[in-house]
Amino acid sequence: MRNLFRRALPLVSGEAAQEAAPELWVRCGRCREMLYAREWEAAHRVCAKCGFHARLTVADRVALLLDGGSWQELDGSLRATDPLGFAPPGRQSYAEKLATESRDSGQNEAAAYGRGSVDGIPVALAVLDMGYFAGTLGAVVGEKVARAFELGVAERRAVIVVSASGGARQQEGVVALLQMAKLAAAAQALAAARVPFVSVLTDPTLGGVTASFATLGDCIIAEPGAVIGFAGPRIIEQTTGEKLPPGAQTAEFQLTHGMVDLVIARRDQKAAIARVIRLLMGGTALQASAAARDHLTAATNGATTMQPVPALQGFR
Amino acid sequence: MTVLLDFEKPVGDLRTRLDEVERAYATEPTSDLERQRASLKADLAARTQAIYRSLTPWQTVQVARHPHRPQTLDYAIGMCTEFVEFHGDRAFGDDRAIIGGPARINGRAVMIVGQQRGRETRERLERNFGSPHPEGYRKAHRLFQMAAKFGLPVVTMMDTPGASPGLADEERGQGWALAANLATLATLPVPIVCVVVGEGNSGGALAIGVGDRFLMLEHAIFSVASPEAAASIVWKDSKHAPQAADALKLTAPDLLRLKLIDRIVPEPVGGAHGDPSGMITNLRTALSDELDQLVAVPAADLVAARYAKYRRIGAWFDQGGTPS
Ligand SMILES: [Zn+2]
Repeated sequence: MRNLFRRALPLVSGEAAQEAAPELWVRCGRCREMLYAREWEAAHRVCAKCGFHARLTVADRVALLLDGGSWQELDGSLRATDPLGFAPPGRQSYAEKLATESRDSGQNEAAAYGRGSVDGIPVALAVLDMGYFAGTLGAVVGEKVARAFELGVAERRAVIVVSASGGARQQEGVVALLQMAKLAAAAQALAAARVPFVSVLTDPTLGGVTASFATLGDCIIAEPGAVIGFAGPRIIEQTTGEKLPPGAQTAEFQLTHGMVDLVIARRDQKAAIARVIRLLMGGTALQASAAARDHLTAATNGATTMQPVPALQGFR
Repeated sequence: MTVLLDFEKPVGDLRTRLDEVERAYATEPTSDLERQRASLKADLAARTQAIYRSLTPWQTVQVARHPHRPQTLDYAIGMCTEFVEFHGDRAFGDDRAIIGGPARINGRAVMIVGQQRGRETRERLERNFGSPHPEGYRKAHRLFQMAAKFGLPVVTMMDTPGASPGLADEERGQGWALAANLATLATLPVPIVCVVVGEGNSGGALAIGVGDRFLMLEHAIFSVASPEAAASIVWKDSKHAPQAADALKLTAPDLLRLKLIDRIVPEPVGGAHGDPSGMITNLRTALSDELDQLVAVPAADLVAARYAKYRRIGAWFDQGGTPS
C-alpha cells in the first residue's frame, strides 16, 4: 500500500537547502517557516512555530527514547530474500528494488531492534524506518520485531515498538501478509508473560502494521499529527468516493475515537514511557509467568513436548 | 443461467451444440444422434479438464470470483446437518459480510465463521460485497471466544475482496478489530481449520484465517492484496491486475509449493461453480479429515505448534554469516 500514502517528504531536502545556507536553515514541512537547523535538530525535528513532527531516522529515535550509550543493536545483518521471485514485466524486480532502496537510504532494512534502557529501565526496542522501502512489513522486519518480543519474554524486558510504515510489502506477497499473524502471536507471547508492550505510532502507521502488532500495545502512544489508520486516505477516497474531513486519521482523531491511550509530543515521550512501564511492572503479575516463557522456548526450538500456555482470556 | 468466462468460450460452443443434440434426441432418438451426443460429451469433458488444468493466475482470479461459485453459506448449509446463525457484535451492530454460529459436521459440533459476498444485487449491497466492517470482525471475535468456552473446533471460510476501507470503518477501528482477531486466534485453545473458498485478500481475510491448518480450494486465491490493489501500488495503475496476479503467487498450487498453505481441496472438473454439490462434498470430506486429526491433540500442544508454525514464516539472509 505504501506508495499511495507516501506524502511529500516534509524534510529539509534539496529545495529548501538551496534557498538558504544549507546547514543553517530548514523549512518546516507544514507551516513553511524557516527554522534554525541546530535548534530544530535539538528539538528532535519538531517545528518551534507550529509543532510539526518531521520524520526521524532510527538513530534519531534511539537518541530520543533510550539512555545515552545504552543501545545495543541486534541482528543488524539480516537481509531480505526474494521468496516469490518477484520480477513483474516492465517494473523493477524485488531484488533490484532492494538494491535501489539501500543505495538511496543508506539503510539495509526497514527496521532495527536491540537492547537499551529508558531512565534505567531495561527494554527491548524495535524501530520501523519509513526511509527504507516506506517502512514496509516483510520477512526481515517481521523477524526483527518478533525477536524484540521474544527478547522481552526471555529477559523480562518491557518492549517498545516505534511504528512508521505504509503497510505490508507487496513484493513478498503472502510471506509479508503472514508476518502480521506471526507478530500478533509474538505479541501474545509477551502478553502471556505479563511483560508490558508500549506501542508508539508515528507518521504514518497504516495497513498491515496497524492491523497487527502496532495496535496490540498495552499502552498505545501516538505522535501529534501522525496519520494512523488501516486504509490510507487515498485508498479510502478511491474506493468509496468519500472525501475525508480535515484531521481524519490523525493521532488526535484516534484519541477521540478511543483507539490510542495518549498523544504525546516528542520531548515528553521518554518520560511518559518510563512512567507507564514502571507502573505496569509494579504489579504482582510479572513474576508469576514462567510457564509462558517455557512455552515459547519449546515452540521456537521445535520441541515435540510443549508446555501449557495460559489461556487467552483476560489479556485482551 | 450459465455465465461463461472468456477462456471458457470454446467449451461454451460445445455445450450449445450438445444442448441442440439433446433436444433433437428427445424428439427423435436416432442412433446417429446418440453417437453424436456421446462424442460431444466426451469432447466437452476433455476440453473442460484441459482448460482448468492450465489456468493462468488471472484466469484463476476470475474463477475464484465466479458469480455462481458456492459461497460460505452454501457450504455451511450444505455440509452441516445443523447450523444456527448467530448475529451481532454486542456493541455496534450486525455485519452481514460475516456469518457464523454453531453447526454440526459429520456428527461433530463446531463453530463456523466466514465471509459472505452475496449473489443478487440487493444481497451483495446488504453484505457490502463481502468486505466486513469492524463489527463483523468483532462478531467473529465473539464467536471465537465462545468456541473456546465450549471447546468447539473452529472452521473459518474466507471469501472477501478485503476489509472495508471507509471512513466509518476507520472511526470504529478497523485495524484494531483485525489485530485483535489475529491475536485471539493465535492462542485460541481449540482446533482451528481455515479454508479460502473464493478470494482471500489481505488483512481482511487473515483476520479470520489464522489456525492450525490452512486449506485452499483448488481455484481459490490468497493474496497480500487484491491484484488490482497490488497493481496500483507496483504499477501505479490497477489495469495491470493480470500481471500482478502473476507476480503475487496467489494460486493454491503456488502457495503449496512455497509451503505457505497446508492443503488443496480439489474442485470438480470445470470448477466449483459447475458442480456446487460435488464441491460441498469434497470440502466436507477434507474438513472432517482435518478435524479428526486435530481434536486428538491436547489444546496446549495445539497452541504451541500453532505458534511455531507462524513463527517460522519468512526467510532471510544473514549477511553476518548463516542463511536462515
Ligand atoms: Zn511548522
